[in-house]
Parts: sequence; C-alpha cells; structure tokens
Amino acid sequence: MISYVARRLLQSVFVMLAVSLIAFTLFRFVGDPIAQMVGQETSLEDQARLRSEMGLNDPLITQYGRFVKNLATGEFGYSYRTRQPIGEMILSRLPATLELGFVSLLISLLLGIPAGIYTALNKDSFLSNSILVVTLVGVSVPTFVIGIFLIYLFGVTLGWLPTFGRGEVVEIGWWKTNLLTIDGWRSLILPALTLGVYQVTLTMRLIRSEMLEVLRTDYIKFAVARGINYRTVHYRHALKNTMVPVITIIGLQFGGIIAFSIVTESVFQWPGMGLLFLDSIRYVDIPVMSVYLVLIALIFVVINLLVDLLYVVIDPRVRLKG
Amino acid sequence: MTLLAIKDLTVRYPTRFGEFTAIEAIDLTIKEGEIHGLVGESGAGKSTIGAVVMGLLESPGYIANGSVTMLGTDLTKLNLDDYHQRRGSELGMIFQDPQTSLNPLFTIADQLVTTIQQHNDVSESTARQQAITLLDEVGINDAEGRIDDYPHQFSGGMRQRVVIALVLCTNPKLIVADEPTTALDVSIQKRILVLLKQLAKQRGVGILLITHDIGVIAEVCDRVTVLRQGKVVENGPTNSVIGSPTHEYTIGLMAAVPLIGKRLDRFQNIIVEEALPDEKNQWRVPGASAEYAERWLHDNYQRLQNQEQALASTETDHAILAVSDLEVRYPPENPGWFRKKLGHQALSDIDFHLHRGEVLGVVGESGSGKSTLAKAIVGLVDYTQGSISSNGIVLEPGSRRSRKNEARRRLQMIFQDPYSSLNNRRTVEQILSEPLKFYSLVDSRADRRKLVASVLELVEMPQQTLRRYPHQFSGGQRQRIAIARSLLCLPDLLICDEPTSALDVSIQAHVLNLLKDLQDEFNMAILFISHNLAVVRQMADRVVVLKDGEVVEQGDSDVFFTAPTAEYSKLLLRETPSLSILD
Repeated sequence: MISYVARRLLQSVFVMLAVSLIAFTLFRFVGDPIAQMVGQETSLEDQARLRSEMGLNDPLITQYGRFVKNLATGEFGYSYRTRQPIGEMILSRLPATLELGFVSLLISLLLGIPAGIYTALNKDSFLSNSILVVTLVGVSVPTFVIGIFLIYLFGVTLGWLPTFGRGEVVEIGWWKTNLLTIDGWRSLILPALTLGVYQVTLTMRLIRSEMLEVLRTDYIKFAVARGINYRTVHYRHALKNTMVPVITIIGLQFGGIIAFSIVTESVFQWPGMGLLFLDSIRYVDIPVMSVYLVLIALIFVVINLLVDLLYVVIDPRVRLKG
Repeated sequence: MTLLAIKDLTVRYPTRFGEFTAIEAIDLTIKEGEIHGLVGESGAGKSTIGAVVMGLLESPGYIANGSVTMLGTDLTKLNLDDYHQRRGSELGMIFQDPQTSLNPLFTIADQLVTTIQQHNDVSESTARQQAITLLDEVGINDAEGRIDDYPHQFSGGMRQRVVIALVLCTNPKLIVADEPTTALDVSIQKRILVLLKQLAKQRGVGILLITHDIGVIAEVCDRVTVLRQGKVVENGPTNSVIGSPTHEYTIGLMAAVPLIGKRLDRFQNIIVEEALPDEKNQWRVPGASAEYAERWLHDNYQRLQNQEQALASTETDHAILAVSDLEVRYPPENPGWFRKKLGHQALSDIDFHLHRGEVLGVVGESGSGKSTLAKAIVGLVDYTQGSISSNGIVLEPGSRRSRKNEARRRLQMIFQDPYSSLNNRRTVEQILSEPLKFYSLVDSRADRRKLVASVLELVEMPQQTLRRYPHQFSGGQRQRIAIARSLLCLPDLLICDEPTSALDVSIQAHVLNLLKDLQDEFNMAILFISHNLAVVRQMADRVVVLKDGEVVEQGDSDVFFTAPTAEYSKLLLRETPSLSILD
C-alpha cells in the first residue's frame, strides 16, 4: 500500500520534471528572452549585462536547475506583457477556472451518470434511444457553437442570463468566488453548461457501455439467480463494478475541462486561466505560457494521483498488489 | 417425491432466417435428493434447459410449449416478481467458472450476508454466523478468519466452494449446476463432486447437473438424460444409459470417450460431417488431392533430411528435442526499488528428450507450468537457465533466437483455442500459404494454391475451404486448419498445447485420430500437453508429469498408467473420474 503510493508519487515527480524541461526549452529557446524584454533603444552593452545578470550565459544544465528551483519555490518570474509577477496573475485567475470546471463537471456527472444507468438498464426503450440520439448531437456540435447558441437563446432572445464575465464576486482571502451570489451563479450557468454538455455525452455513453458489460458478467447473473432484488443488483453490485474504469476517465475529463476551457472562456469572456493563456499567445508572452504549461501538467498529475488512490479504496485487487 | 417435472418443453429463438428451435419436446423429472445428469455436446440445448428452470432464458428466446412444474406450481406461468422470489429460496444455480461468478469488489461475507438477509428476516450478526457455519460445512478452512476476504484471495476450487455456500445459504430445494467442475483441476473436481453428492444425500436437494463430461456423470449422477440437437436421445438410470446405451448416438458418444484404462488405436468416428455452406459449389483446384499433399510432404521431408545429413559432420543420432536443467522465471510483477526481487519461478530443473516419431505426453494441473514449457521451447517465453537443443543445435531463448533460425520452422505449435489462433481477417488460403512463402518452400502462386487445396483434403476438409474465412468454421474444423498450417512448415516436432480441450468428445476423437494418422505417416515427434489424462493415454508413448514447475515422474506411458511411482501421479490417476462402467 505505502509502496504503491510511493511509486505513484515518484512517477509523478518524473512526469513533472519532463514537463518542466519542455517548458524550459520553450522559455529559453523560442525567441531570445532579452530581445523580448528590452526596447529597441537599449544598447548592446546593456543587453549583454542583462544577459549575464540573468544567468543566460551559464551552462544550460545550471539554467534548467535554476528554472526548476524557481518553479518549485513559487518564483514564476514576470510577464513580458504586463510586467506583473506571473504567480499573482495566475492566482487571481485560477479560482474562476476551477469554479467553472467544477460546476461543469458536476453538471456532467449529475446528468451523465443517471442517464448512463437508465440507458443501460432499459436498453431498448424508446426513451433510451431518444437520449442516445439527442446526446449524439451533444458531442458532434463544437463547444463554441453551443456557447453561441446558448448566448443567443438565453442572453439575447430571452434576456434571462448575462452573456459574459463572472458577475458579482465575493472575496474570501485571495480567492474570488461567484458561488456565493445569485448574480455569480447566473453568470456561471451558461459557460458551465456549454463546457458540461460535451462531457455529459461522454460520461453517459461510457457508463452505459461499461454497465452493459458488467450486466453480462457471471457474477451479476449469479446474484440474480440467488434472488437478490434487482435494485441491489443494479445499484450496488453492478454500479460499483461499473465505476472502476469510469473513475479514470472522469478524472481525466476534469483535467481536460480545466486545461481546455479556453474556447468556452473566450466565448463568454470568462476571466479565467484559459483567457489568460489566449492573451499570452496573442502577445507571445512566453514566460506565462511556460508556467501555464507546467501548471496544467501539475493539475493532471494531481488528479491522476487522486484517481489512483481512489482505485485503492474501491478495488481490493489493487490494494493487495501494491 | 417428485421435485421438478419438465413436460414437453420447447424453446424457440426467432432469428432473421425464421425460428430456431433450441430444445424440443423435452421431458425430464427430478426427485428429492437425486442428481440428474444432463449430457450432450455443445449446441445440444443443455444450458437452455437450465436457464428455463431458473427463469433466466435470455431474450429473444421464448418458451413455445410445455410446462416446468415444481412442487405443484407451473413455473412458466409465474409473473416476474413471483419467479424472482423463488430464485434463491427454492431454486439455486451454480455457474461454470468460479473465477467469474463472484463479484470481485465485495467480500465473501458481504455477498453471503446480503443473500441470507434477502430471503430470511434475520439480523446481520445472525446471518454472518450462519454464513460462517455454511463455509465451514462446504470445507473452507478457518471460515471465521477468511469470511472477510475478497474473492480473488481464494483459489479456484475454494471459490467454487464459496459459490456453493452462496447457493446453499438460502436452502434451495433444487440446484441447477451448469458445468460446475469444467474449469477445475481433477483433484478439485473430485472434491466438489463429493460435496454435491453429500448435499443431495444429507439435505435432500435435487440437483440438475449439466455437463459435457461423461466422467462427471458416471461419478455422481443417479439418472441421466442424453441430449442431442435439442432433443432427448435417451434417459434412465446412469448405469444403464452409460454402461449399456441403446440409442445409436449414445453408443457412438461412449465410444468416443477416451478411457484412462485403455489405449485405443483409433476412435470410432461418429461425426456426421458438418455441412459446409454453399454445398453446390464443389469446385476443385486442378491437380490437387490428398495424395498430392502427401507426396509433397514426403518428398520435402526427404530433401530436408538429406540436406541435414550432408551437413552433419558426425553420425550421432541427436534428439529432436533435448531439454536440460531448464528454468523459466517470469519477471517480478512489482520490481523492487532497492534490491532485485525474483519473479515467479514457473519451471525449474526440467530434463527430458524426445526422438523422431515419438509422442511425449506432458500432464499436470493448472499452474504446473505445462504451457510455459511449450512457450519456452518455441520461443514465446525466455528461459532463464539450462538449455534447449534440437538435433544437437542449441536454441537460444526466444527473444535472442533469430527470425531465420531453422528451428522456428521445425518446431510448430498448435494452440488450445482454435477460435483465437487463426486470424479472422485472412482467408484460409492466405493463412496456409504464409508458411510456404515465409520459408520459401513453394515459389509460384499456382503451386501454392494447389498444395494448400491438397493439404486441406489431407486434413479432411473440402478444397473450397481455402476461399473462406476462419469464422465460418466450427471449433473442430478450425483446429484441423491449424494442424494443416503447421504441417505445411514440414515440422519435426509438433507441440500441441491442450489441442482438444475446447472441443466436444466426438470432435476430439476426430482430431486425435487425425493427429495419430499424420504422426504415423510422417514420423513426426509430438509434445502433447494436456490436463486430461485419458486423452494423454490415447496419444503418448512416454509421459512427463509436472507439478509446480518440476518434473515429478517421467517414463513409459503404459507403465505410468498402470503402475505410477510418484505419490502425486497416483493421486492424479485416482482422482480422474473412473469410467469403469464403460468397459
């Protein structure tokens, strides 16, 4: 058990080192950092002085070591564009993205899991088939189209909901939340729905196919043959077995929602990290991009680690192997 | 007292091509305390009857006619809820594979307690106490300590005991056991059968025992019903049906059962040749015939032998296969961080040799390393110590053995599962032509086709088979195609890893006959691996017994089967179901 966790942790460290190497390469070699930092009027001597002050003449390995050390201690450097510390920039935008991601994950689970179970248990019913067809539309329409459609319907035509921004936020320390005000929630609904619709379909189809698979197994047939009531068979025995592979995918989905909410954030002008990333690309703000890269990788690694730990809780077979 | 009476039962499946009748006009009765055997080959409708009794017939199948009466109630007339009430409390079912019939995510205690509480209004602690008593009764040691374990912590035989405990915990009056011992080793099979017999006797439970294994029937059943293509062929007390069958099919079936006590030269062939689709299209490849294949094989064997003799400097007679001090150790599942962990040792100190024209039987229970041995020889698994040599030439472990190594042609393997050992996306012609191309045995396409058609005829398949795909054939036919494929490589040694364990007895008899014919004709050596001692008796000249990766005994087959020396061999022979009533 402990060795299982330790091994997963070690693997995570290696993944992070690999990603930070890519981020470092991006930072160091995509364009000359000095040329981007200084104006045209800076003399060549000043540039050379700056270069050696920043340690850009040191051996690459030393530079990489310093890069990793800075990242690990929270020294993310400064943005070329805004001249602000990157740490602060990201920290101010992280809550918006996390809240958006969390709510849309919640939407996808609350709709996807029951729908998946229903369509698996009532395989050939009319409602099941209708759900399957309708959700097929959900995956095939691109996110931004859904977003624009929702804006048009609820924002423009009906005028029920705001179409951009976070609305009213409450500050708890540095964390700005819009989960505590009605206006905040009103702003959150459309982007969260947009981001969630695609995930609903995936979650539902995944649950459905896994559950159908599980329902065909001998142990479910055996449970039925023992006369255990159908509700227990379906919601206890079958569902638990269904969740084992589903958890992995849901974990990755959550990572995906946070990392790739870029499109949705830009459609709704949601002041999160996706929008920050988009701006950084537009202005070739390389330091921000490389920190963003590392941060997203960290989120994925952490989620994966949590999923692995969750496995231990659910599946006794994993518990023993470790 | 009659417990269950099935009358005139007919089950049909609607299909695209009209209705398919799975079972037709079945009559069957089971008394209290009786074990009733239901025997037949695959597709005979055995499991359908079991499913009907349990009310678990899968759609679109439906009961077209007849009744299933249990203690005065016609089960077929019950509504779903009433039927479900009876499952567990009156009807129980044991499934074939204990590895898959327990939910891996719940403890044994959990599964037992849920089941007990479902049917009896008792507290959790009482249910738990009952569960422990029951586990004890079915022969789980330290039931109290092990009840909170998960299924994967039990071995196959122990799991089947847990399954039986789960069935018993609600005191059903009738148990449907669908191939309850097929997935188990003989020694465990014996113990499970004894347990079933006890249940019937002590608790008065009626058991419907579905199996394809005549040995199991002979061992425990009071009465037996023989099914064929959905119809009852013969029924009555076990002794008379098995011992002195009257129906033609039953007589043939009994003749095809390999007996451990008697070696037959050839089995009687009882297969009515399976009709191939598109029977009208009986075209033949010009010039192709079984004789042509035979001639080609003989000529090429002769050519290869001449080449070899020309190369060999000395005239020593090397063994086709010599294995000495062989050890196979699998890499550890979790490699250690600091000190090197050793992996599971699958084989150790294996020593044997095999000469031209000889058949060596390898027997042992699951996990004894039989298949690992086959894989190590052909190079699918790397051996870690010792040596394997063929014709005096040392063969490196598989990953270091060159693609061009002659041994890769000379050692051919026939796998257990004919459904997964042929590529379903390639025609039989493509499959059979491959070795001819790869080893540059026949260069022109037309000649290859002629030879492939001929060799198909040699393994008793029609020539037009070559245009079809493997999925169009039955298991026995596929296994013959696999044999044809290995034959075209001109092998000196054929390694057969459980070649017939997935096949019905009649088809098994056919495949064994074919192997014997080919072996006589071309003087190949065969390494015949099987857990079925009776089959090995029919094939092997010498026998090697493996246990936990070590050789327990080896020697002449006749001596082994009549007077084994090792304690373990005696045990194996004793626990194989005796079919003395068949003699």
